[in-house]
Amino acid sequence: MTTTTQTHTTPSLITSIWHWLRDNLLTPWYNALITIIVTPIVAFVLYRILAWIFFAAEWDVVKQNLRLFMVGPYPQEELWRSWVTLGIVVLLSGLSWGAWRGREWTAPISVVVLGILGALFLPITAASKINLLIMAAIFVGGQFLGAWKGEHLRKYVVWLWVLSFFIVLIILWDVRPSSTPPFFEANIPSGQVGGLTLTILLAVIGIVASFPIGVLLALGRRSSLPVVKTFSILYIEIIRGVPLVTVLWTASLLLPLFLPSDIRVDKFIRAVTGITLFSAAYLAENVRGGLQAIPKGQYEAAQALGLNYRQMMQYIILPQALRIVIPALVGQFIALFKDTTLVLIVGLLELLAIARSVISQPEFIGLQREVFVFIALIYWVFSYSMSYTSRRIEERLNVSRR
Amino acid sequence: MTQQQSHPQTANGDDIIIMENVKKRFGDFWALKGITTRVKRQEVVVIIGPSGSGKSTLIRCINHLEKHDEGRIIVDGIELSHDVRNIEAIRREVGMVFQQFNLFPHMTVLDNITLAPRIVRKWPREKAEKLAMELLDRVGIADQAHKYPGQLSGGQQQRVAIARALAMQPKIMLFDEPTSALDPEMIKEVLDVMRELARSGMTMVVVTHEMGFAREVADRIIFMDAGQIVEEGTPEHFFTNPRHERTKLFLSQILHH
Repeated sequence: MTTTTQTHTTPSLITSIWHWLRDNLLTPWYNALITIIVTPIVAFVLYRILAWIFFAAEWDVVKQNLRLFMVGPYPQEELWRSWVTLGIVVLLSGLSWGAWRGREWTAPISVVVLGILGALFLPITAASKINLLIMAAIFVGGQFLGAWKGEHLRKYVVWLWVLSFFIVLIILWDVRPSSTPPFFEANIPSGQVGGLTLTILLAVIGIVASFPIGVLLALGRRSSLPVVKTFSILYIEIIRGVPLVTVLWTASLLLPLFLPSDIRVDKFIRAVTGITLFSAAYLAENVRGGLQAIPKGQYEAAQALGLNYRQMMQYIILPQALRIVIPALVGQFIALFKDTTLVLIVGLLELLAIARSVISQPEFIGLQREVFVFIALIYWVFSYSMSYTSRRIEERLNVSRR
Repeated sequence: MTQQQSHPQTANGDDIIIMENVKKRFGDFWALKGITTRVKRQEVVVIIGPSGSGKSTLIRCINHLEKHDEGRIIVDGIELSHDVRNIEAIRREVGMVFQQFNLFPHMTVLDNITLAPRIVRKWPREKAEKLAMELLDRVGIADQAHKYPGQLSGGQQQRVAIARALAMQPKIMLFDEPTSALDPEMIKEVLDVMRELARSGMTMVVVTHEMGFAREVADRIIFMDAGQIVEEGTPEHFFTNPRHERTKLFLSQILHH
């Protein structure tokens, strides 16, 4: 805010570029040397990559299989159900953005621009293009509604998110107690939801469900009750001692053996349970690190004021401890997001499994590079968004503190 | 057996804290070797003594931040047992101010003060905030209500800590070396608040090295050494005519350094 009041002459663009080059790349002499050596190498590599992307690569394989990458073997005639779920998520995102950030305009503008670009350039059917534009419109509408009602809406939005979780499962899979009649005519087994949709579902449910379990385990490990403490330590150490693949195998193959034969747990539920239980153990250790960083005086001050254990943890200790471990937690969530690729071994077709099945088709042989670069880009976009969001959250929390 | 003793001894006068042969040990080390004393309502008791003499342990036993191993402690008619409800009941009536302030760094000053009334006493926010603003006014920093503890000086933080303890409207206030972590120029502003509090009739137990404060404000001074009460009495008696050699030595060290 002070820079506008300073009256120094703005240098021309060329001189400022020259100053930047001189300060960052050319002084002292050995930096100049390194610049001279490295520049052609970088230029050559970049040239080859760009040349490949724009001229050599055959992106047809991605175009033709886009639907597979997004939803897996979900039946075409039921595809509207996945659009409806996406619509619900977009609406809630818009509502949340409006309720918390008000009429902030960068998000809706980027959504609309992305929607229009997608409708113009994505190799999808005309109906899907219209759907994409409708999604952008839903977001903007949701934000408008959220900003209009503002703070009053926040509590309801949180509950709507919880509710939406079940609605999404019902719409996608018709998940319901077996006694009730089906909501939809077509029955879709969980193996038929795949691709990016499955990856996101696994990751989101895994993160949301493992968080409370992990926090409870972390508290349990520091508990003074011997039974609770022993159970927590055993659980954490056993789970951390085995690979995720083992946990998934156990959940998918051994569990049905132990359960009575008339109870059949869905494949997706088994996989997501395995991921959740696995992630919870690591999360517990991260949270424990945060708990240990809280000075003893904070506990004593809370106790001296008459707070009981739950109140002390809820209002004093956990808010501070979790704030400290945000970077570690987000790192773990990113790892979990990528670990979802392992559900391949229990027969679920998430994004990577779809990619493998695509490149094994005879007409796409030799196009592994295109497919893997494409899904790597998808993973990167999601992982980087998480990382970026966590940095923004940290900044905001720090601003409020200082 | 604790049931029938839940309201003992209230008959014999207005003693608000009763300690009988209280012992506390850390491993093999006896921090308190049998403390017996009483504190009357509205009395201001100052505990002094060399470091490691057990004075902090003693006042931390009063609200059960330290668990005593033997003896009895009765606060406002409630015996401190291992019953959690008794402990929480006593903590609601006993405020404590720490050497290191121990404010909650993630909350504003106002939230620090209103937290306990709102969630322990279940007060509505407006009522808690009204009292908090009165208390902040009383300790002289009403203008800092919406800042975070990290933005305040040490003296201001300690005054917030006092306001936070007072917000629970306690019957007793415990001070555990409240000025020891402060820069010298900030000690007075905290002692002024404590002086005013004593004058208002609050029952106070204060561990401190501030002899001027002890002499001026205390009704009674307790001198402790090696986990025992060596000598107790009025400030005049204590500073002009101490009986025990250990007390004389301590006073000479502390007054003539």
